[in-house]
Amino acid sequence: MELFTMFWEYRSYFLTGLQYTLLLAALGVLCGFILGLLVTLLRMAPWRIVRFIGHAWVEFLRGTPMLVQLLIIHYGFSTAFNINFSPIESGAITLSINSSAYLAEIFRAGIQGVDRGQGEAARSLGMNRWMSLRFIIIPQAIKSVLPAIGNEFITIIKESSIVSFIGITELMFQSGAVVTITYDGMTPYLIVAVMYFILTFTLSRILGLFERKLKASDHR
Amino acid sequence: MITVKNLHKKFGQLHILKGIDLEIAKGEVVVVIGPSGSGKSTFLRCLNLLEEPTEGEITFEGESITGKRHNINKTREKMGMVFQQFNLFPHKNVIDNITMAPIRVKKIEKNKAEALAMDLLRTVGLEDKRDAYPSQLSGGQKQRIAIARALAMEPHVMLFDEPTSALDPEMVGEVLDVMKNLADKGMTMVIVTHEMGFAREVGDRILFMDQGIIMEQGTPQEVFGSPKNQRTKDFLSKVL
Repeated sequence: MELFTMFWEYRSYFLTGLQYTLLLAALGVLCGFILGLLVTLLRMAPWRIVRFIGHAWVEFLRGTPMLVQLLIIHYGFSTAFNINFSPIESGAITLSINSSAYLAEIFRAGIQGVDRGQGEAARSLGMNRWMSLRFIIIPQAIKSVLPAIGNEFITIIKESSIVSFIGITELMFQSGAVVTITYDGMTPYLIVAVMYFILTFTLSRILGLFERKLKASDHR
Repeated sequence: MITVKNLHKKFGQLHILKGIDLEIAKGEVVVVIGPSGSGKSTFLRCLNLLEEPTEGEITFEGESITGKRHNINKTREKMGMVFQQFNLFPHKNVIDNITMAPIRVKKIEKNKAEALAMDLLRTVGLEDKRDAYPSQLSGGQKQRIAIARALAMEPHVMLFDEPTSALDPEMVGEVLDVMKNLADKGMTMVIVTHEMGFAREVGDRILFMDQGIIMEQGTPQEVFGSPKNQRTKDFLSKVL
């Protein structure tokens, strides 16, 4: 069947899927970003044990498949601790913690890339560690790693397809549903591929604009 | 005002400072000279604990700042520092560079901080640059802004770490002029520099450092006119 015809016929499926994908990706990006910053701060804390926790967090979440993390959070927690998350909650938590690990690594690289003299100048003016990070180091670090952050955001949009495993009716799940109804094993997947691409391409364009705006202060 | 007792600094095996004793009086301009690697900059950076001394004690305005319990941030508010590489904040414009610490650290109101900053910009002759970003300034301008930024905290002492070493020759003068004005106004200053003419003109006391100790000190006339130490003589004959 033709792409557009099928899309139109099953638009309610695809649009529901789009809604959930957008919701999950937005939650993943937002919570992942904040959590990632927190983990970065842990990794730079003056106390060894706190640094270790941050380090372990990053290594564990980067070193295990996201699908495994998802199943542990959704089914494992329910079985072992009687903590029951709805599928959406499990999906959002998994995407957030998983991307927080990658984002924490990106932030750390950015912070280490800021010239040492910046921190020294801030401290010499009487700013404490936290102020120097917050007002001087982190703004410069984020600017320099913006392209890498953009990549991670795009990854989150795509990876959100994994949560179809626990029955969230996001794009991936819905395309499967349409395949089952129509017995067409190609077109529904092509449709969601195009939809994912439109999402990621739009996002990368927006980030590009944002980057250019930030660069305005660098050069004349 | 500042007392340094038996100051040592080691970086691993490297013994950079090997016992410095010094007293700096209020209003005094102390210029530190010496060959590279002699520990001048390390010494200066120890004074506001940007480098943590391995051994020894530093007292500032009657208070030991090297003790474990001491809050160094409070002390640093009163010790301005100017760096060789300027270290202006590139993501902030000139006025924000200057007002940031007074607003955030001293909790001064924004309009008061900006009024003070404009006064300082006038003293360094750059009031027209208030909205410029550091990348739009020349080296000499950057360093003058950096001086204004340090002064905005109304420090009791100013530390200068080779403030003209990263500048093109034609810009050295404008920075030295600002420093000279500051000295004339009675600011206590500790300056590490290679500008011997400036040291002689502005310094109340010259310290010659080599191999991690103060080899010789005295008035500019004494140190430049009739150095007693052989190392001082060798050094001066090379740079003068």
